[in-house]
Amino acid sequence: MMTDTISVSVEGAVKSFGGTPAVDGVSLKIRKGEFLTLLGPSGCGKTTLLNLIAGFLEPERGEIFIDGEAVTHVPPYRRSIGMVFQSYALFPHMTVAENVAFGLKMHKVPASEIGPRVAEALEMVRLPQMGPRTPRQLSGGQQQRVALARALVIKPSVILLDEPFSAIDKNLRADMQVELKRIQKRIGITTLFVTHDQSEALSLSDRIAVMSHGKIEQLSGPAELYRNPASSFVASFIGDINRMPCTVIGIEAGEVVLKANEHVLRLPKEHGAVDVLAAGSAALLFARPEELALVPAQGVEANLGEGVVDTHVYQGTHVDVYVRFGDGRAVRVRHPGFEALERFPAGTAVGVHANLAQAFVFPEK
Amino acid sequence: MDRLLRVLYGVLIGATLIYVTLPSLVVVVTAFSDKALLMFPPTGFSLKWFERAWTYDDFRKGMVNGLIITAWASCIALAVGTMAAFVIERFEFTGKRTLEAVLLSPLVIPHFTLGIAMLILASEISLSRTFSLVVACHVILVLPFVMRSVYVSLKNIDPALERAAASLGASPFRVFMKIDLPLLAPGLAGGWLFAAILSFNEFTATLFVTGQRTQTLPVAMYTYVREYADPTMAALSSMLIAVTVLFLVAANRWLGLERILSIEARH
Repeated sequence: MMTDTISVSVEGAVKSFGGTPAVDGVSLKIRKGEFLTLLGPSGCGKTTLLNLIAGFLEPERGEIFIDGEAVTHVPPYRRSIGMVFQSYALFPHMTVAENVAFGLKMHKVPASEIGPRVAEALEMVRLPQMGPRTPRQLSGGQQQRVALARALVIKPSVILLDEPFSAIDKNLRADMQVELKRIQKRIGITTLFVTHDQSEALSLSDRIAVMSHGKIEQLSGPAELYRNPASSFVASFIGDINRMPCTVIGIEAGEVVLKANEHVLRLPKEHGAVDVLAAGSAALLFARPEELALVPAQGVEANLGEGVVDTHVYQGTHVDVYVRFGDGRAVRVRHPGFEALERFPAGTAVGVHANLAQAFVFPEK
Repeated sequence: MDRLLRVLYGVLIGATLIYVTLPSLVVVVTAFSDKALLMFPPTGFSLKWFERAWTYDDFRKGMVNGLIITAWASCIALAVGTMAAFVIERFEFTGKRTLEAVLLSPLVIPHFTLGIAMLILASEISLSRTFSLVVACHVILVLPFVMRSVYVSLKNIDPALERAAASLGASPFRVFMKIDLPLLAPGLAGGWLFAAILSFNEFTATLFVTGQRTQTLPVAMYTYVREYADPTMAALSSMLIAVTVLFLVAANRWLGLERILSIEARH
């Protein structure tokens, strides 16, 4: 980040519905100009957290600050926020220009300034001619761009986006993401983005907070999240991954030693939650499909053991080969290109090699 | 077989239409009779019953009384019902379900029960036979219809619209005025129209709470029928049918009839 000024700060926020905590003691600092994403499955509390920051909900405990000012009990209309919703939420009885002008009127901006600022905002989202139209005459993508212009035109301290692209056609979604990123970087606005779509989060965010059961499981940059997940939940939720049961033998010389599939493996100690693993306990070994490779059966390289090729899934840029072990478990091995289709036909006996420098171990829940 | 079914279907539809509209047709035709008897079909043509209905003093007074009461009752019910529906639909509070049940109860309570209750209550506080008593009674009766109409319209408003407006700096009052009210307008108009028609036509409860000075048209008609049995009633009814049809055609043009009638179909 350019600066380390904090734009939004959440401290120990708790919010429950009917006794069940939806947000369970969350603390979070969003830096000025940062694009931060709350990522998690539905019901993880990400939308509740967004609504606490927006002011549509009040926390039972904890404090919320926007630009250093405590806003915990300040209603939404007195907070400096802009919001974009999944349903676009454009006012159907107003034209596009009136929609964009609404916030300026509410903030008592002089009438002479409103026209130029609306035009500028519509220009920014590349819809300069759409002012006189009604929302109904626009496509979903266009409506969401108008909603973005409407939220940004009042120059809020932070913009909150609640699953903004979920209702948009899949082909158009990528364009919308690029567009959002472009605008966000250009005006340098602090952005809080809520989504359940991990690829969307990975491609847009400066940092991602992965949420589960009302808590933040991990808060880090996209690459770190993918390459060094902090929990089995994060490892499973972000990207494709293989999970194999294993037994911890012990920790020695900066390495964790475990046994999986009758093979002894040594992993770098910092990969996974090694501190909580007791010798002899059951654990789960995580390895991404691209960190596995097919090698000759019985070879020394086959550190995950031998199996038989079950099926292939051809994905264009790569082939996912499913190998079934003797105990019935299958792992997914990713091979770039398409050669794997011919080299490893179904029924071939193969060995599986794992790049242990990129594998993780977490306790079995 | 298929053709037979289609013919039967056509007959069923035709029969239903005739069954529903026949009373109105009979009344309208009888109104043009030249005899002082309610008979069908009439033996001659005359407009004298229309003239009598138009000039009969009690009907004129009843008409004026009815319009005054209807105007007050429908407008008060619209204001109260809109607020009640908005609060019940959008906010959580203790006693919410009870309040809703109480406000909607006139739908299932017999009108004469309400009429007697209002009469007893009014004489206790010496308000009997006043206009305000009749208006109060009608407000209670038509309130559920206004509330249902507003409910339906409110449910069609995306709550994100209100949140969007709030995020743009609009206070709750301005959100209501700038967002909810314009979007509710058709539902409000429908609810008001329905309330007005119901109030104007209400008879059972009205019979208990009106006096000679405050009697509405349906009560005046009832009094008339007890004394005479000539086609004046048919003529008056024909005029009312004509006015109602005009109203509904206009309402359908501007508001969509299915929206107004959905008040009845919901729940």
